[in-house]
Amino acid sequence: MYDVKAVYEAKSVSEAISLRQEHPQAVIIAGGSDVLIKIREGKLAGCELISIYGIDSLRGVTLEADGTLRIGSLTSFSHITRNALIQKYINVLGEAVDKVGGPQIRAIGTIGGNTCNGVTSADSASTLMAWDAVIELTGPEGVRRVPIEKFYVGAGRVDIQAGEIQTGILIPKESYENCAGHYIKYGMRNAMEIATTGCSVNVRLSADKKTLERLRIGYGVAGPVPIRAHKTEAAFNGAGVSLATAEGISKSVLEDVNPRDSWRASRDMRLHLCSEMAKRGFIEAVRLCGGEIL
Amino acid sequence: MSGQYKLVTCTINGKERTAMVDVRASLTDMLRNDYGLTSVKKGCEVGECGACAVIIDGECYNSCIYLAIWADGKNITTLEGLTLPDGTLSDIQQAFVDEAAIQCGFCSPGFIVEAESFLKKGKIYTDDELRKLLSGHLCRCTGYENILRAVKKVMHSRQES
Repeated sequence: MYDVKAVYEAKSVSEAISLRQEHPQAVIIAGGSDVLIKIREGKLAGCELISIYGIDSLRGVTLEADGTLRIGSLTSFSHITRNALIQKYINVLGEAVDKVGGPQIRAIGTIGGNTCNGVTSADSASTLMAWDAVIELTGPEGVRRVPIEKFYVGAGRVDIQAGEIQTGILIPKESYENCAGHYIKYGMRNAMEIATTGCSVNVRLSADKKTLERLRIGYGVAGPVPIRAHKTEAAFNGAGVSLATAEGISKSVLEDVNPRDSWRASRDMRLHLCSEMAKRGFIEAVRLCGGEIL
Repeated sequence: MSGQYKLVTCTINGKERTAMVDVRASLTDMLRNDYGLTSVKKGCEVGECGACAVIIDGECYNSCIYLAIWADGKNITTLEGLTLPDGTLSDIQQAFVDEAAIQCGFCSPGFIVEAESFLKKGKIYTDDELRKLLSGHLCRCTGYENILRAVKKVMHSRQES
């Protein structure tokens, strides 16, 4: 038995919004692989829950008329990895969420829950950051769209207003077109692990594959929330595709990141990881985009 | 604590079952307490050890971090559902016995149910893929090698037959 006061079940988005208004203090539960653990630990013991897990309309991945890739917030990690649209347009996201926990966690864990939990180590977060994902929230006033960088407001805190639930994660066409990326998770073991640091790099190259048209780098556990390496990106957009560029990126990201000491790893260890992962991630992203770094 | 209950109807090991379930219950609680399916083990109860794994609509889940009320309308298979009605062990269960993949046996139902969920697809996996597929289960006795061997044996024998 879980120590909860009540469970309110929503079967549709409109029901969920009504329940959010009726019970503003209640905690939203999607797959539960974070929320139920917090209840077990006592952090959320005695809470009321609004279960949105039964809203089947929030499952699945679709391509909208304007080319936007829509990922329903309740789509599980395992379904994202197996999805043909994800594999075609943003394969790195499927690979990143395939590194979460173990198989059973990936069956229950949802991408919406992973982002709403607000933690910097979420395996989906650095890739969603690096692909300029847009978070769709639905509430009493209608639909609100927030760029993922603004969605994270602090460690464990995200921009969900009263009455709202997250209903989708959108990847604009401009973001995924002619783009390929790579995610590296550093952990102490291969499964059932939280990232010490994670880095997701993606690139778009010129037609001759010699020039870096657009570089985007997202990090998890390089700050209190997932972050982008904006300074580095601005400095290297337009650079030549070369080992020198890879090494330059590797040094430059140290100006963007600000990891902390924790029991998992020291700040210095994480700085080293941030630097090395950017380089390796960049080289692999270039290769996936059809370029070559000798 | 005010009592809050929900009528949950689901298919368990091929039979449709209904029970009035406390909304605070995990699926582990429901399967053990309402249906006596004690192969579903209470290990860590936070989704780390895999001893409570069951198959829900074809996918393997940790029943300890799955609310019982979510089981409504679902098709659930536990280890008990793999054994034939006359008590004959399934091929995976028999392979665990033959390969000494069991010592204390606490993790075995989870491993076997997980193996069933992916071997059913009829694919051949590499050792690395199998290790990843089994990585959501902890065993504190055997050191995993015999478990891997048992699963591989069934994977190949099913392919031949």
